Amino acid sequence: MSAIASSVNIPAVRARAPLSERLAPAAFLLPAVLVVLFVSIFPLILSLFLSLSRLRFEAGGLKVQFVALDNYRKLLFGSEQKVLFGTVASPSLVGWIVLAVVVLLTSAAVYRAIRDARSVRVIAGRAIAAVVLIGLTYLVAASLLSPEGRPGTLVVTMLYVAVGITVQYLLGLVLALLCAQQLPGRRFFRVVFLLPMMITPVGVGYLFRMLADTNKGPLEPLWVALGMQDFAWSNNAWGARIAVMIGDVWQWTPFMFIVLLAAIEAQEIEPIEAAIVDGASSWDIFRHITLPAILPVSTTLILIRMIEAFKIIDLPNILTNGGPGTATETMTLYAYRIWRALDIGGSAAIAYLLLFLVTFFAMLYVRVLRSHVSATA
Amino acid sequence: MKSFFRSVSPFKPSPFRMMISYLILGVWAFIILFPLYWLFITAFKLPAAVNNGPFYLPFVDFQPSLHAWDYVLGEVGNDTIRLFTNTVGVSLISATLALVIGSGAAYALTRFQFRPKVGTIFVFIGCVLLAVVLTVLGVPWVLAVAIAAALFVISLLTIARRFERALANSDIAFWLISQRIMPPVAVVIPIYIVFQQLRLLDTWIALIITYVATNLPIVVWLMRDYFMSIPYELEESAQIDGASRFRIFSQIVLPLSVPGLVATFLFVLVFCWNEYLLALFLTNARAQTMPLAVVAQNATRGPQWWYMSVLVLIMIVPVIIMAIVLERYIARGLLVGAVKG
Repeated sequence: MSAIASSVNIPAVRARAPLSERLAPAAFLLPAVLVVLFVSIFPLILSLFLSLSRLRFEAGGLKVQFVALDNYRKLLFGSEQKVLFGTVASPSLVGWIVLAVVVLLTSAAVYRAIRDARSVRVIAGRAIAAVVLIGLTYLVAASLLSPEGRPGTLVVTMLYVAVGITVQYLLGLVLALLCAQQLPGRRFFRVVFLLPMMITPVGVGYLFRMLADTNKGPLEPLWVALGMQDFAWSNNAWGARIAVMIGDVWQWTPFMFIVLLAAIEAQEIEPIEAAIVDGASSWDIFRHITLPAILPVSTTLILIRMIEAFKIIDLPNILTNGGPGTATETMTLYAYRIWRALDIGGSAAIAYLLLFLVTFFAMLYVRVLRSHVSATA
Repeated sequence: MKSFFRSVSPFKPSPFRMMISYLILGVWAFIILFPLYWLFITAFKLPAAVNNGPFYLPFVDFQPSLHAWDYVLGEVGNDTIRLFTNTVGVSLISATLALVIGSGAAYALTRFQFRPKVGTIFVFIGCVLLAVVLTVLGVPWVLAVAIAAALFVISLLTIARRFERALANSDIAFWLISQRIMPPVAVVIPIYIVFQQLRLLDTWIALIITYVATNLPIVVWLMRDYFMSIPYELEESAQIDGASRFRIFSQIVLPLSVPGLVATFLFVLVFCWNEYLLALFLTNARAQTMPLAVVAQNATRGPQWWYMSVLVLIMIVPVIIMAIVLERYIARGLLVGAVKG
């Protein structure tokens, strides 16, 4: 629709409009671009510079020393490698299967690009994406899915993002579908379901720390009944991770819920009525009418949540302080921790690695989606 | 258009389905409300009632007390009021500005075609790099920026035109959303330095500029979807009648987009209202906001749960009231365009 609109209107404006009209596009767009540039471009360049240097606080101020890629070397191959990548061991059977599936799928994508004689750029892009994906999958298989392995902050972050987005999306979808029905009192549920999003994330962190306390928290009778009253979240890697994920789901399902509810309520009513008259089951209506209608919203929604989810910091920081050890530490929290230890350069390097990672996933997501949508449409 | 203003839904569930629905909705409502209930009663507990194990019902298994409220609103009441005023002021102004600037940009991205030249962008990045390098090498930053700006204008008029490859609107939109990828931890020091140089630390202005910039991408993305759903014919006929772009925007497009604007406003308001890390760095006394006060209750004696609960409650009540008032708009307004477009 926008494409039609602009092709209709631009020549007309250019041809006969006064100066103020010709400047209108810039006047609408430029303020936003300038504000974002002002706040983002200098920090982006300066933190790139910081990630290539080492800062020391000495008498008389700050001393900056350029160290080239030393911070990155330390993270990827040096003393910090274990924190970032975890302990790598031989994957379990499940790990091997997952790895095999990813290798097959990615090589098939590359093979199709070569077979269809696509441009060199497409083939190279797919090959690079395939290599990165296989590498990341191997890392997951060899740390998370391995009996001896131990996931590092990179894998833990991806775990939070994957589990968080899946659970939040499915839960938000179910709740939105239920709330879209004609139920007396659904306005009450809508407002209640929005509440967690309204609380400051640090507040949610402390709230869940209260709830997770097995001695003084409200669930104490439950822990006693399970014989786990001496269980401490902070001592068990998986317990702590699950606590963080529960908090994350609690806080961000409302976002998915409200956007999906809006999309469901915005559907055309006529096809649904026709389907009901024709005796379609509610599953058929969902599968063939509602789901296609909410797919565009879902893709935007998942992209926005993915970008935000990679930055998760408050919950693991307050709830578990990244512990036990670094079991619940995310990349942002890791950057924050070594930044508090005044290793500003190392912190900026982690942030840049995260930037590469998220940009990779965001671009892959948009590309795969675009090719999939154009294939079906 | 008509269908999204309807108030009834086509799904009329059978009694059995209704029961199941209420069961699931009720369970999730309980999961949401129970932690909030715990927060609420903790705000009325004495430290002993918190520390000696779980107590659930006021007057039944513990005696409620107003001591925490006394402390937050009485003893340090002036501080609380100042922080609260800052939070309200900063987030209202930021959300309004972000909405105005962002919806303008979103409108531009849906109605005009932009062809930014790749050459111009590279020259621009080069000039910014130059300014940064010069500053690091000890040139005063005002001078460095002036040199870079002059160089940018000169090269814009000469070499930049040779690179004709251009980008499109979708690239601008992706660039905007990509500005949210960088974690705040990484950019907070550079932003601190910028505002320190401008002598704006610990002012509302610093917070407002930062919040507007960080929330603009969200506004642009949500409003862009919305504007796409507005039929273009209305604008065309206004244009034929000689209305200017700005008039069309303010008198036709904006009034038609009220639901989307309200929903987006609420989102951005909540994000500014609750922001912690940037506020921690950009303020130290006068311009501090409420999230800082919540974290400050984690004192050397351990977290002061009762004060924390009171502060969180004070923080969420205004937002909840706004959410209840605006709820009908939220459900209809959000991302409607993406469905239609």
